Amino acid sequence: MFKLSKRLFSTLKFKRGDFARLVDSDITHFESIVGKENVKTTELDLYNTDWMKSFKGNSTCVLLPQTAQQVSAILKHCFHRYLAVVPQSGNTGLVGASVPVFDEIILSTSKLRNNFNLDLSSGILECDSGFILEELESRLAPQGYIMPIDLGAKGSCLIGGNVATAAGGIRFIRYGSMHSNVLGLQVALADQNGTLLELGTGLRKDNSGLHSHHLFVGSEGQLGIITGIKMLVAPKPTSICSMWLGTDSFEKCQKILREAKTKLGEVLSAFEFLDAETLRCLKENENLDKPLETASKYNLLIETSGSNPVHDMEKVDGFLSYCLENELAKDGILAKNQTEASYLWKLRETATLALMHDGYVYKNDVSLPLKYYYELTDVVRERLGDKAIRVINYGHLGDGNAHLNITTKKFSQEVYDLLYPFIYKWVTEKGGSISAEHGIGQLKKPYIHLGKHEKELSLNKELKKIFDPKGILNPYKMIDL
Amino acid sequence: MRVLVGVKRVIDFAVKVRVKPDKTSVVTDNVPHSMNPFDEIALEEAVKLKEANHAKEIVAFSLGPAKNQEILRTALAKGADKAIHLEVDDATYQKVEPFHVAQAIAKLAKDEKFDLVFLGKQAIDDDANQTGQLVAGFLNWPQATFASKVETEGTSHLKVTREIDGGLETIKVKLPAVLTADLRLNEPRYATLPNIMKAKKKPIDKKTPKDLGLDLTSQTEVLEVSEPPTRKGGEFVEDVPTLVKKLKEKGAL
Repeated sequence: MFKLSKRLFSTLKFKRGDFARLVDSDITHFESIVGKENVKTTELDLYNTDWMKSFKGNSTCVLLPQTAQQVSAILKHCFHRYLAVVPQSGNTGLVGASVPVFDEIILSTSKLRNNFNLDLSSGILECDSGFILEELESRLAPQGYIMPIDLGAKGSCLIGGNVATAAGGIRFIRYGSMHSNVLGLQVALADQNGTLLELGTGLRKDNSGLHSHHLFVGSEGQLGIITGIKMLVAPKPTSICSMWLGTDSFEKCQKILREAKTKLGEVLSAFEFLDAETLRCLKENENLDKPLETASKYNLLIETSGSNPVHDMEKVDGFLSYCLENELAKDGILAKNQTEASYLWKLRETATLALMHDGYVYKNDVSLPLKYYYELTDVVRERLGDKAIRVINYGHLGDGNAHLNITTKKFSQEVYDLLYPFIYKWVTEKGGSISAEHGIGQLKKPYIHLGKHEKELSLNKELKKIFDPKGILNPYKMIDL
Repeated sequence: MRVLVGVKRVIDFAVKVRVKPDKTSVVTDNVPHSMNPFDEIALEEAVKLKEANHAKEIVAFSLGPAKNQEILRTALAKGADKAIHLEVDDATYQKVEPFHVAQAIAKLAKDEKFDLVFLGKQAIDDDANQTGQLVAGFLNWPQATFASKVETEGTSHLKVTREIDGGLETIKVKLPAVLTADLRLNEPRYATLPNIMKAKKKPIDKKTPKDLGLDLTSQTEVLEVSEPPTRKGGEFVEDVPTLVKKLKEKGAL
């Protein structure tokens, strides 16, 4: 479907580390651990290439363990042989963290999907790390629970990867981060024994030691491989309401957010943003019409989730009346059935795909103090002029997280140089984060030092040495030894 | 032309329906409900007729418990001018049939001199596809069901294209008439914020079955509600000859 886009990072020309190279006896050994059918040495393109088709590695071996013990045995062998390993979950990441740079072995967790145990009274799920997020959601639903995260990649991403990348998503504003929900992890370390470790207990409250499991949340495969997870899941709401508001001032967007938090209170479950350019992209590339008759510069998609429709509708009614009467929103719609609600969400969820049709996408995922949330978009638009097909901004406004995307027909070094490090410097100067959700991986590695104290970076190195003494896990990425 | 649009509150189209363990009916507690999609389409067409100055007033009607108010508010937000709520309690509503609803609509149409009764072709919960036809029968009015296109012919007639098994049939009906809406008639609009606010000021008249002299005696009795047999998984076959053999065994070839 999409041609492999030109890899951009001449800046990222590393040399291959002095890791060992795979030999036949390694393959034989792996076969004895996971079984012959779970060692792939041919047709590895899908594993070697990231979702964006920006990064392609040259691994010659993909391993598909089915148990934590097998993961442990693999890592033990790799430690002794000094073989580099890329832990790969759903391979839906957007920063090239999940694919090899050279010939690292790919350890896929996609077959770690046996153990599933839900405690109905506590709402605590214990499961292997290879379940697809959407699959977990379907298994929880009949029991009256939902996953606390929801993201576009849900049909393909695996929960282990979600933890390792501290995935955010649409439900973040209501259910919090992976840190809020992870209660314990089973991890496999790349040490001399391939140690399998239970960190955290899976209890709501446990202050009996350092909370080491939280180190692994967002660790991008640098510290160990997550094989099992204990996490909170949320009660399934029975009353869900979606609405779309349009306004022409970003200041009003901020005011609407404030009103949503106070008037919708605990039933607010999503607060998403799409600018007019995003809607234009959806229409041009996917033929999806905007929901409002009137054109609005800024659009908000707001959702409430609760257990009592009468109570929720009263809150929604009060909130919408306030927004209209005080001219915060100039137009809007309230979805009156699930089909209408699904369409509104389809617009938001298709934005990422719609962009791909333009050709090449420069993706940015930043956190900014709200007052700067949109300013960067205007600044970049002016900076690029007509060199870009479009500059669009959509994202989790409720969390101050913007997905600023620029498209051109083909990769352009000129455009790239106009954007970077400009965007990253602008963001860090304003006290923001260069990567709100997507992580560092290969893509943002050159900029990881921005806004950070030297000491923090050297502490991270020391930590990695402790967990991954030979540095064989996911080298060339977030933390170098 | 004054139009009466019937709207029913049903389990939302997107919801997976579950049968109660006692097999008497489906689970409705804590399940999202919304306006029957075909009724939405009927309402949309009526509003379009008003916007084109062919209709003067649109009145939405619903028979059901207190919760039906929400559906009527939606109808008002989507363009109806007034609403009539024929309220019955939950227990009574369980036993209401198209026959009763049709009687109520017919009475209203006659008493309040509507020129057009516009309904959805069927409700997605019972799939009865009876109410429109029964209303026409009670009133002895012409009917144009499964409408996929509605045009005016002067002020006295409507030209309606109907979806039928063989394709499309176009008929001309003299007003007053009964129409039922099919899927392709139009795409209903959203309830916009300004219209939702305006709808709060539009009246919802309450009526009781007694007001209309409605006899709610059951004509039918539900014996059992059960799920369709679960679909069994398929199987993989190794090669084409085996596939052909299996298809022959199952009588497909």
